[in-house]
Amino acid sequence: MTHPHPHAPLVESDRVAGTLYTDPALFEREMDRIFHTTWVWVAHESEIAKAGDFKMAWVGRRPVIVSRDRRGGINVLLNRCRHRGASVCETPKGNGNGFTCPYHAWSYGLDGSLRGIPYPEGYEDVVEKKDLPLQRLKVASYAGMVFASFSEDIEPLEDFLGGARLWIDRFMKQGAGYPIKVQGEHRFRFNGNWKIQLENTTDWYHFPIVHRSWMSSVDAETASMLSIMTDESAVTHALGNGHSVSISVAEHADLDVDDGTEKLQDRFSHIVEELSKDMPPEQVRRIVRSLHGAGFNLNLFPNVAMSMSFFRVLRPVSVTETEIRHVALGLDGGPEIVNRERLRIHEHFQGPFGFGSPDDAEAWNRVQRGVAGGVDMPILVNRGLGREKPNDLGQPTSHATDETGMREAYDMWNRMMTDDN
Amino acid sequence: MTTEALDTAVAELPLDDPRALAAVSLIWREAHLLDSRRYEEWDGLWASGGEYVVPIDREATDFASRLNLVYDDDRMRRMRVERLTGGFSISAAAAARTVRSVSRFVVTGREDDAIEVCSAQILVGYKREETLVLAADVTHRIVFTEDGPRIARKIVRLVNSEDAVTASGFLL
Repeated sequence: MTHPHPHAPLVESDRVAGTLYTDPALFEREMDRIFHTTWVWVAHESEIAKAGDFKMAWVGRRPVIVSRDRRGGINVLLNRCRHRGASVCETPKGNGNGFTCPYHAWSYGLDGSLRGIPYPEGYEDVVEKKDLPLQRLKVASYAGMVFASFSEDIEPLEDFLGGARLWIDRFMKQGAGYPIKVQGEHRFRFNGNWKIQLENTTDWYHFPIVHRSWMSSVDAETASMLSIMTDESAVTHALGNGHSVSISVAEHADLDVDDGTEKLQDRFSHIVEELSKDMPPEQVRRIVRSLHGAGFNLNLFPNVAMSMSFFRVLRPVSVTETEIRHVALGLDGGPEIVNRERLRIHEHFQGPFGFGSPDDAEAWNRVQRGVAGGVDMPILVNRGLGREKPNDLGQPTSHATDETGMREAYDMWNRMMTDDN
Repeated sequence: MTTEALDTAVAELPLDDPRALAAVSLIWREAHLLDSRRYEEWDGLWASGGEYVVPIDREATDFASRLNLVYDDDRMRRMRVERLTGGFSISAAAAARTVRSVSRFVVTGREDDAIEVCSAQILVGYKREETLVLAADVTHRIVFTEDGPRIARKIVRLVNSEDAVTASGFLL
């Protein structure tokens, strides 16, 4: 590592070193000690709902396959043939009986077991198929969120998620009685370090500034819903293990709670009218109140966020390049008009032609370019330090525009990257 | 005229049909306006009720039921123009400079008052020391109104629409 001040820590309580965005050696260490060690999000269960379903994903820089086997189990397999190393799958998603290497046709089952080797005579007394399955990662799910780890002895997923579990449960309530399903995703890249995006999910400070053009394109009710700067109920909690939640619309933090005073937005009146034809008014209200998703952004260290109505998944490509996926969600088995409206809301903000994402990407690229000009200067993450206090669960809490979530993420980063922990 | 998919029967550009030349002329003018970022004028090329789509799934024909990169009706398209010209978007202010070429025209449908033209678009963009290329199959449905030819539908199928797409502040 080439830290300009070898005696200064990379992470302090109110600042981090600029080299965190620029140092290739730090990036290599992050891959080994964070992404190839801890729990990394790879899929939502709706993406691999049926036996034989699979999708390609990444754990850090390693390509993996997430598959559903005939017994209903979820497998996460390194996408690398055990023979001479070719990838065994290059289909982003699909359904099949297994994976066959294109090079010498070694074939593997959905659970990664090696099933067949052509012309096996040459391997007599040399290879036992049972010894050469695709490398399997440890897998666990919580509330439909599938995580994988290269560490066999990693702590249980539920312990790792800890205080975030309450918010994952609350996030899924936007299904309004239906399970959540993935409806598609936008993918784009920006020239910048992955942690610039990690910070952004609980950064409501940037929202009215970077997203002014989006704010001016939505109806007044939606803009007012996100009047975070002046809303004292908009707070961020540090949840431990690098996770944090930033509440933007407090009355939608728990969508099961409804005191009846909230007026449904006029923009959804056509949906209310359609649903009311064969649904009781309480159910219509419950669904329509959930159309913007949950009233918060939950940031799960290191690679996934559950952000209002979508998942944000980041993939570090290099120290200066990051790929982002914005995964659109819908109601599995729910009314078509609702799922279509959710798609339109997603398209409005997200993706390379959305009214929000390109402005985020521009800001993040400007961070990368600016930091490269002065790596010996710190990145400040001190906003709100003077007003941050523990809530009744003991979680450091401050206003949603404060940098409490970033401090939590960098504390975890520091623990994972430092030898004495 | 329901053709949208790329594998539909195609006809050579009917050079004896003045509407075909008018359609191609409109498509070239559109490309010029987009490269020049003259979005207000571009908006004026559209017929009322126009549909502007950049799908993710290249095979899709039912766009409403799936996620797209762009799925604009008149209202969304006008908001998009407002966003790109309003001065509040930092990505629009720092938009890549683009030069695009549209060619390989074939006619994929003809009606009394409309023509459907499929073409290839190659766009080169430049921003901050980087040059990017985006290639797409484009389908235009051009309607002939009292005011002349107008775009009723435009579908831009990027070759890499299912992968990460880079675009900064410009339109396809």
